[in-house]
Parts: sequence; C-alpha cells; structure tokens
Amino acid sequence: MAINGVLRPGFMQIRVMEMEKALWHYRDILGLDVVGTGEDGRVYLKAYDEFHRHSIILRETDVPGMDVMGFKVSSDAYLDESAEKLKNYDCKTEWVEAGEQPGVGRRLRVHLPSGHLFDFYADMELSDNGPMTENPDVFKDMPRACGVIRFDHALLYGVNVMENFKILNEVFDFELAEVQNDPEGKPLVIFLSISNKAHDVAFAEHEEPGKLHHCSFLLEDWNAVGHAADIMTRFDIPVDIGPTRHGITRGRTIYFWDPSGNRNEVFAGGYHYYPDLPQRTWDFDNVGKAIFYYEKKLNDTFLPVVT
Amino acid sequence: MNKASHKISLTDGETEISCPEGVSVLVAMHRAGLSKIPVGCRAGGCGVCKVRVVSGQYHVGKMSRAHVSEADEAAGVVLACKVFPEGDLLIDPQGKFYKSQQK
Repeated sequence: MAINGVLRPGFMQIRVMEMEKALWHYRDILGLDVVGTGEDGRVYLKAYDEFHRHSIILRETDVPGMDVMGFKVSSDAYLDESAEKLKNYDCKTEWVEAGEQPGVGRRLRVHLPSGHLFDFYADMELSDNGPMTENPDVFKDMPRACGVIRFDHALLYGVNVMENFKILNEVFDFELAEVQNDPEGKPLVIFLSISNKAHDVAFAEHEEPGKLHHCSFLLEDWNAVGHAADIMTRFDIPVDIGPTRHGITRGRTIYFWDPSGNRNEVFAGGYHYYPDLPQRTWDFDNVGKAIFYYEKKLNDTFLPVVT
Repeated sequence: MNKASHKISLTDGETEISCPEGVSVLVAMHRAGLSKIPVGCRAGGCGVCKVRVVSGQYHVGKMSRAHVSEADEAAGVVLACKVFPEGDLLIDPQGKFYKSQQK
C-alpha cells in the first residue's frame, strides 16, 4: 500500500487559559520539547520522535478547546486539486498564508459541518532536533517524563458528523474504519483512518459544534502506559480513566486533563487498518465494552465532558 | 501547624464538609466521598461542576468564559473546581449535569 494524498495528522492548535501551567503539563509531564514562542505568544512544541518542526501549538486565551487540526499531505498540487473538488460541497474553504505558523507552507483550511477547522498543508520544515537518520539510535536525547512519541489523533465532538465523513471521504480519502452506534442504530462516534492506523481522527455526534474531546499522544507499549499512570498519580494529574483498553481500536490507554480542562490521551497499540477491510460496528448495548473493554461500562465523565 | 479550614454547606440542608485552605470546593467534596457536585476536568474548562455561591468569602482561579461569564462570576455563579474558600461558604449546585442526575 502506498500512502498518498493525506499522510497523517500533523498538528493541533490548543487553547489554554494559563501558558505557564500548560507548559508544565505538555513539556514536563507529557515530555514534549518546546520549539519556540511566536511573536503573538503562541508556543510551539514537538515530541522527541517527530521529524517536523512542531506538532502542538498552545494559544493562551480564556476559552479552552481546539482552534484547528492540521494534516500533512503529499504535495502542494494535491492542495489545489482538493480545493477544486471542495467547490462541489457546501462548506467554506480558505487559504491560510505560508508562515502563519513558523516553518509551515500555505494551508487549505476547511470549515467542517461539525464546526471544526481542518488545515491541509504540504510543507513544514524539518526539525533541527528530529530523530536520527544515519545509523539511527532509538532516541537522540533521552525522552523525559511520559516520553510521548508523537501527536497521533483526536476525537472531536460536533454536529452532523456524517456530513464531515462525506467530505473527508470523497475529497480526502478518509475511510470509515469503525463505528459506535447510538440506541437507534445511527452513528454516534465514527473512527476515520487515512493510513494503516485504526484511526487518525474520530467524530462524535453532539449538540454543540466545534468541541474537543481529546488530543492523543502515542506511547510505545503497555509498560510505557503504566509508567505514565505512575506519573499521573505522582503529580496529581486529574485522570478521567485508565490504564485500560478500548474495544474500539483496541488501544491501551489513559485519559486525563490538562490544566485548562482539555482532555489528553496517552495510548499504545491498536489494530492495523487497510482500506479493503470490512467496517467494524458496535451497537449501543455494547457501548461499555466498546469504550472501556475491561470495565465494560462507561463512567460519568468520558462521553459528556468536553471543551 | 494545621492550615485553616472552612465549612462548606450545600443548599440541600444536609451536606456539610470541611475544606482546607488552598483546596477547591470540588476537590474537598470529592475527597469526602460526596458526589453532590459533578466532577469533570477539575481545571475550569468543562463546566460540569457549576455552582452558585450563596454566601461567604472566596477567590477563584481561571475558568472558561464559555461557561462562566464576567456577569456570572460577579453573581457568584462559578465552577466549584476553581473556588477556594476564605471563609465558610453556602453553595447551590447549578450545572446541567447536576440537574440531569437528580431526575
């Protein structure tokens, strides 16, 4: 299989209420490295195993949540082709000029029906602190704290999520890998893949548009999830649930909140997806096992609490 | 030396706990094993622990303006996870989650 077009989630810009507290969380607990601070005060960070300049952007303001999620694509021409296709859909698009984020080329911004902004871009500078490429060790500097490997995916809450899927599937080739249905048998949460990952983004149907459920970071294995759990307790990070496993995607996971109430996940594992595989579906009678495979029931906060 | 603590009462007339200085009302409730105020992100972001402080002195931390406007804050409508008592407080739970859980 060759991955072309949309390659992977590349960045998320997250709104935080107090930058110093946010930096403690993302740098000192998750283990991201600070790349730099922009003239407008946005702080750029990356995980140790990411090749490109940045993946997480923190913007200080008084309402937490997600500003925008970015996806890296294989060529600049793909952006023009996609912009042309998007004219057939009832959704606003615009161009974000190169340099709006340092080191990033022009971005095709799509205003999704769910109320979220997705940016597609072909160019981001390589980091001068990326992984080694010649006789590469598993890391260059020793990973700190949770030592997250990369920004991996997100779950977003909003309205009309199947309309999102139509656009993302027909224009950008996102595939519907797995579905959690509601009690009436209609899609409640949809898990979309543009790669071999079980999901690159998920959307849940929700009465308010544009909400963030969680921003997720990859860990290597179950031992790393356990180490992260120790860190969460030691430093009194508010944990939603975990360590546990999902039935959906099969990821091993912990959910917790940043100091502005944005939910994060650290996880390891999950099945490999290929676009020719049958779609997996969970009915609502099995939602407990689908979400929390070991507990087999939901908690009070996981589904309703968002920013 | 023990830190000062303050009495937190709910308007249900049956809930009363002690909250040490520097601990939020929500965390004190949670530590006491009480679920009268819903617990969410504990960081002022999600809004599920909304309460109205009926009386008493307190200060607040940063709260999302999506859930607590300046007018709300002035009227004592705040998030319990960011309410730090400076005296005894009387509190009325307000959040939509609270109401839905009471049905």
